[in-house]
Amino acid sequence: MKEGFIITASPHIRSGVDVGSMMRAVIYALIPVVAVSIYLFRIKAVILIAVCIVTALLTEVIFQKIRHKKITLSDGSALVTGLLFALILPPGIPLGTAALGAVIAIALGKQIFGGLGYNIFNPALVGRAFLMASFPVLLTTWVKPFSLDAVTKATPLGLMKFQGAATPLLNLFLGQTAGSLGETSAVAILLGGAFLIWKGYIDWRIPAGYTFTVFLLGEFIHLINPVKFPSPFFQVLAGGLLLGAFFMATDPVTTPVTIKGRWIFGIGSGVLLIGIRIWGGLPEGVMYSILLMNMTVPLINRYTRPKPFGTRRGR
Amino acid sequence: MAQVFNGGIHPRYFRELTRDKPLREAKLPGEVVIPLSQHIGAPAEPVVKPGDMVKVGTLIGRSSKFISASVHSSLSGRVTAVESRPHPVLGNALAVVIEGDGKDEHELFSSQDPENVSPEEVKKLILQAGIVGLGGAAFPAHVKLTLPEGKKVDTFILNGAECEPYLTGDYRIMVERTDDVVGGLKIIKRILKAEKAYVGIEEDKAEAVKSMSEALKNEKSIEVIPLKVKYPQGGEKQLIKTILNREVPGGSLPLDVGCMVSNVGTALSVYEAVSFGKPLYRRVVTVTGAIVKNPVNLLARIGTRIGDLIEECGGLSENAGKVITGGPMMGLAQYSLDVPVIKGTTGILCLGEKEISFHEELPCIRCARCVDVCPMGLLPTEMRKKVKAGHWEELKDYSLSDCLECGCCQYVCPAYIPLVHLFKLGKSELQRIRQS
Repeated sequence: MKEGFIITASPHIRSGVDVGSMMRAVIYALIPVVAVSIYLFRIKAVILIAVCIVTALLTEVIFQKIRHKKITLSDGSALVTGLLFALILPPGIPLGTAALGAVIAIALGKQIFGGLGYNIFNPALVGRAFLMASFPVLLTTWVKPFSLDAVTKATPLGLMKFQGAATPLLNLFLGQTAGSLGETSAVAILLGGAFLIWKGYIDWRIPAGYTFTVFLLGEFIHLINPVKFPSPFFQVLAGGLLLGAFFMATDPVTTPVTIKGRWIFGIGSGVLLIGIRIWGGLPEGVMYSILLMNMTVPLINRYTRPKPFGTRRGR
Repeated sequence: MAQVFNGGIHPRYFRELTRDKPLREAKLPGEVVIPLSQHIGAPAEPVVKPGDMVKVGTLIGRSSKFISASVHSSLSGRVTAVESRPHPVLGNALAVVIEGDGKDEHELFSSQDPENVSPEEVKKLILQAGIVGLGGAAFPAHVKLTLPEGKKVDTFILNGAECEPYLTGDYRIMVERTDDVVGGLKIIKRILKAEKAYVGIEEDKAEAVKSMSEALKNEKSIEVIPLKVKYPQGGEKQLIKTILNREVPGGSLPLDVGCMVSNVGTALSVYEAVSFGKPLYRRVVTVTGAIVKNPVNLLARIGTRIGDLIEECGGLSENAGKVITGGPMMGLAQYSLDVPVIKGTTGILCLGEKEISFHEELPCIRCARCVDVCPMGLLPTEMRKKVKAGHWEELKDYSLSDCLECGCCQYVCPAYIPLVHLFKLGKSELQRIRQS
């Protein structure tokens, strides 16, 4: 019998899950969303997604080369960032602008903090916030689904805020509305989100806390002023809430590690979202609500430490 | 009645390799190497010297302090050396080497009637027999069963959970030696003056639940509790939580919440010591792994070389990448097949080169899977940061000392971070600081 065994501390077995498989699962979960976006926006969607992903991957490689770090494209995180970034852009955005945003997402959103695991803000949202500040018009120009030329159309939230016009809920659920590439179809997002929850890769508490808070506060303001504020179902289904709730607010790196903290993160995002939708100059608030909550994560982690086993006597 | 504890994991168990095969007496080894330290506490002091003739059961190391345990010969023959030899836990340690004469003569002490023996007599016998906790921790049993002044145990729990993957020794004992295990359980319950006793068995061990329930059907104060299958259900604190819904606070003992837990193997040894006058010179060892040709539970003499036991199971079908004493979650990787079976050796697990994951550590993505599975409600991801940064003082706030080292966090970590290794390091560093 050969000797020369490997010696490590226990445990000696592990689950088959690693960072790569978790990232791949996010990609799989986005398949319905991507499919709907291609169905609605055709070739524009395909090109936009391709440009964002390629730019994100290139930026990651170049940055890691400059920093003399190991190239870690195989962990899939840059791919996820690139894809998610494409899905939160208006479908008609000029490709150069989109590419610039993807560079910012990876470079300033992630690599500058030290790469995967060290960033404070969700990288895709950092990229979008940058574009929003730099090119506000391009970022709020929406195209009508199924149109190959650039026929502009306001988003459901925009229609509501600036014209007081409601979009039928069924359209919102299925997604035949104007909006960011991947945010329009609630059903596609829910399918992907359910898959990730079932796999145990995201915690249901964050999307649940986020959407229920928006629903409850939406109901509250709707009761106060039904003319100005639409029904809570509209608040939940219109705009990027669901995409944000299932795919951005659940980013492991930028959300709390404690269970109580995840509730706080979800509920806090919901409160901020409604605040922005009521008082903000923009119709939408998902991006800023999540980015603002990202900042509070270290604080949340610190004050929501679980009580260790044995300190909960008499329960 | 039985609930679940928080956290935990569901690994693949691989019990089918050995569970349905009867216990088998291992071949008599030609030589045994019996370490004088096989337990928590002070090493035993050797009472034999090279050249002495011994029988099976002859005292070779005397328990020197209160927290210590005596050691007996497991072979009849001649002592050839008392010297430092490879040890599965300590690296190298003082051991008595005995060359067998093939006669297998026994030297037992006088047996007692288990129904009527006095508590003092039982404790004396347990001390004399060198019994330690056989679940793996190897804490001297006579110490554990001696209650400190003013402490009372109302409930005794027999631990038949056997939650480590691969291991089936306790299961075979409960199925094949049911009456003796029950005998041991009754003795312990009686000397503790416990009003109530439970036997906790994971519900997938249906055969054991059945035979133990059958044997205990006329006992009003003893109940068999089938437990949900989840690792680490057999952790003392987890077992007490699920069966009694009591939580043992950090730094405390089960005694502090009025209970005590012992492993089924320990109960069997207590019974054998009392009724047959047998010291602890052999134990059940699960020799297992997908690459072991004929995996089985062996009744092995303490001091048998683990390589010999693997050979006895037909050897390996391919090269082993790791040889582990104990189970895959908490067992110790061995560097050599020359280490002997000791009292705490629950199993010998051989993993093939393809079965071991050896991967470079990736950055923590703060996914908190480790937080979700920690059965002690700790924050492994934060503790890791503090250990890596050497912030020892802050570690106390994170209750590092409560860590069981059960390995759940590392099992689920997608970034291949050696969390248990880091926590062991942190604990020893804290201990060093405390002592200096």
